[in-house]
Amino acid sequence: MALINLKTREINCKVVYYGPGLCGKTTNLQYVYNKTSPQVKGRMISLATDTDRTLFFDFLALNMGEIRGFKVRLQLYTVPGQVFYDASRKLILRSVDGVVFVADSQIERMEANQESFDNLSVNLSEHGYDLQKIPLVIQYNKRDLPNAAPRDAMSRVLNPMGRPEFEAVATNGSGVFDTLKAAAKLVLRDIKNKSEAQQL
Amino acid sequence: MAVPTVMNEDHFRVMSEICANLCRDANARAIYVIDKNGQLIATAGESERFDSTALASLVAGEMAATGGLAKLIGEEDFNVLFHEGVRDHVHISLVANRVILVVIFDNRSSLGLVRLRVKKVSAELREIFERMLHESELPGANPVFSEITEQDIDSLFE
Repeated sequence: MALINLKTREINCKVVYYGPGLCGKTTNLQYVYNKTSPQVKGRMISLATDTDRTLFFDFLALNMGEIRGFKVRLQLYTVPGQVFYDASRKLILRSVDGVVFVADSQIERMEANQESFDNLSVNLSEHGYDLQKIPLVIQYNKRDLPNAAPRDAMSRVLNPMGRPEFEAVATNGSGVFDTLKAAAKLVLRDIKNKSEAQQL
Repeated sequence: MAVPTVMNEDHFRVMSEICANLCRDANARAIYVIDKNGQLIATAGESERFDSTALASLVAGEMAATGGLAKLIGEEDFNVLFHEGVRDHVHISLVANRVILVVIFDNRSSLGLVRLRVKKVSAELREIFERMLHESELPGANPVFSEITEQDIDSLFE
């Protein structure tokens, strides 16, 4: 859950990029890291295998700016997508404030997308979160590939709840910041709604 | 409903004092208090020499992985981790199953002294952390967000 520090006037939120193996979660973070100025970002940490597959997580802290004098800091994490790293995925979802689900648009990866989405739902519920309620953005990545499935078909399968969704080509940055901004907005709105409910 | 954790000036002051005292008493280089989710809470000593945000996420990840390992072999948790380097060493302990206390020290101190001092401050740390969590759930604990408008949020991204 988000941490609000009234002394240092900071709001810290955690956003996790989730999705099947090789869908482009780390590429999303790398693009954000490469395109942001040093003043607003921390070091990017990648705990990866020798072949650059995510072993545990990637991490990037970003300063998004200020709201009413409070610095908004996002902590971005990716999970390892490979099926057998489920224990690690569960750990990283702990205390998450929002999720970006990165789907691989290649038609032959639809089953892997669906499996990963179901896995997200299960792992969230183990932490007491409800997929229906958590701030969630869907990204259809690799739209530039010739074997990309039609977006409508992907949407029907992965986004029946009508969450914000974006097409992306993470390798060239298309859609990367739109996705991130939408996720950050949803997270901040969610914190606002919870804070208002707490006042009652 | 999970609500944000709100650290007010009093919580921050108490935790900073605990860290500063521990840093002095354990003859440590730096102290970090991190919540189990990787959020940095308080620091003391030469903490700014290291990338605190990165350190917090790595320590929390390490603690989480170690906890998973503990459960795998039938333990509830491993509460203490120790990394021995050539010059600098890192002592990591889990307090009240909620907060992680990190002590970085060199050969001017010793593992025995660090362990002793960490044990002594654990109760104080547990008390203030539990108070912070309890007070975060009280009505009016989060005055910031109740005043923020949709427009404020939108303007962050213009």
